[in-house]
Amino acid sequence: MIELNNVSVAFRQKKETIHAVKNVSLQISRGDIFGIVGYSGAGKSTLIRLINLLQRPSRGEVIIQGKNILTLNKKSLRAERKKMGMIFQHFNLMEQRTVYENIHFALKYSGIKKEQRAEKITSLLELVGLSDKKNAYPNQLSGGQKQRVAIARALANDPEILLCDEATSALDPKTTTQILKLLRELNQKLNLTIVLITHEMQVVKELCNRVAIMEAGEIIEQESIVSIFSQPKKNLTKDFIRTATHIDQALENIWQHPTLAHLTDNELLVELSYVGEQTSEPLLTALYSRYQVTTNILYGNIEILQQTPVGSLIAILSGETLQQEKALLFLKTQNVTVTLLKQHAPKNEGQKLTKGGTNNE
Amino acid sequence: MNDFLLHYFPNAIQIPDEIWQSTVETLYMTFWTALIAGLFGILIGIILVTTGKNGILKNLCFYAILDKLINICRSIPFIIMLSLLTSLTRFLVGTSIGTTAALVPLIIGVVPFYARQIENALLEVDPGVIEAAEAMGTSPLGIIFRVYLIEGLPSILRVSAVTIINLIGLTAMAGAVGGGGLGNLAITRGYNRFQTDVTVVTVIIILLFVFISQFISNFAIRKTTH
Repeated sequence: MIELNNVSVAFRQKKETIHAVKNVSLQISRGDIFGIVGYSGAGKSTLIRLINLLQRPSRGEVIIQGKNILTLNKKSLRAERKKMGMIFQHFNLMEQRTVYENIHFALKYSGIKKEQRAEKITSLLELVGLSDKKNAYPNQLSGGQKQRVAIARALANDPEILLCDEATSALDPKTTTQILKLLRELNQKLNLTIVLITHEMQVVKELCNRVAIMEAGEIIEQESIVSIFSQPKKNLTKDFIRTATHIDQALENIWQHPTLAHLTDNELLVELSYVGEQTSEPLLTALYSRYQVTTNILYGNIEILQQTPVGSLIAILSGETLQQEKALLFLKTQNVTVTLLKQHAPKNEGQKLTKGGTNNE
Repeated sequence: MNDFLLHYFPNAIQIPDEIWQSTVETLYMTFWTALIAGLFGILIGIILVTTGKNGILKNLCFYAILDKLINICRSIPFIIMLSLLTSLTRFLVGTSIGTTAALVPLIIGVVPFYARQIENALLEVDPGVIEAAEAMGTSPLGIIFRVYLIEGLPSILRVSAVTIINLIGLTAMAGAVGGGGLGNLAITRGYNRFQTDVTVVTVIIILLFVFISQFISNFAIRKTTH
């Protein structure tokens, strides 16, 4: 559906050349909801603009539905753009036109008769749930409503692709959830292919089936959403995921809580993460029944990503040292990733931290 | 009432026809200059904004030439422009005296000013909206007529009011070199013959014009801003 082959974008400024996008290749299939995540300045905005050529690449190919759109003349490119909708962080509605007129703008020269255009706009407004705001001006709408108008406008010419440029970044969490829900419905109802860029892993987690992580103009990881959440390879990816699942926050709380962070001789503080259908409880029960290792859960989180549960637990394991080791091995055979966060150290030397956090003596 | 006028405006009351005629001349110059310079100004303003940095038809070389040209024209004091352009005026109109002749320097004086004002007004249009229009496959002409001129309308009205008020001032200056109008009246009667009351009358009439155009533009801006 969408194919980027080794595209690069370089901006020349006075003396230096800035490489906003470096040798990126992407394949997005029909019906995908593809997320591109990265911090600001990573080149995400430039990358998404390559798809409808608002930004032309300095090298590489952009192929949309089998057609290399870089070779098109201006007129055919405009026709091609009509088949791709785009929504923006700041909505970009025309302030001097009503909701109706804003959507009409996209339809005016589409060769559809006037009455049909009116019908179309009515049905689009129904689709995004704004039928009563037809004659309102953008200034009279809330952020979420403005984005709905923008979505209706983007869908006016029945596109097969919707590009979302930080579409929820200016919205509050509740509105964000509503807009994401609307996007998911559109994806299912219209078989719309959605490409979105964001700096919030939360958005990707709720919506996308595939994700690419971007850093300094390069795609550093590109996976299905489940595998990226369960087996992130790059540090930046891990960062994003830990923020999205609130594990970092939980750990910080634990470090600051002396009774929790203070371990006795036979205790281990560990993080367990697992993917798939096995639930944590039978495993923990097994730890006790087989190895007499008890588990004290401090924090737990389960994400259901594309119908696959991805879980993580922070727990204190207590039991005899030998048995603990066996228990950890057992967990590994069950495809649970174990990260040792902290273990009890002999006095005098203080507590040794294996990962992050502050030392509370 | 009559006594009041006789006492305070002894000279002005003698020449109602002349005052009326000057007023009509001023209106005549203002109207035609506004119309012709308005069209050229908007056209050049659009060219500036579309060929400039971040423009939809970016052409920095062309922009730089036009930009410098406008700066040069705007640097020439209008009173000097009037005498500078006499031969051009004579070539175009056949004479360099009279209200129609005054139109030539007036238009040339106003166009660069108005074009720059229009450029600034259109630069206020949210670049995001322009980008959205481009993403919808709108042609450059479509972006100019359906985005810039619609979204920028309140700003365009605002700068137009400023320009018209400026223009009324310039028409008075044109009076100094035989252009006719209220400026001419104020100089020939009020200044040269020490009939200060005539000057006061011209000032009152000009102020009236300024207030009326300000009022109309404010009303129009309110009506078109959403």
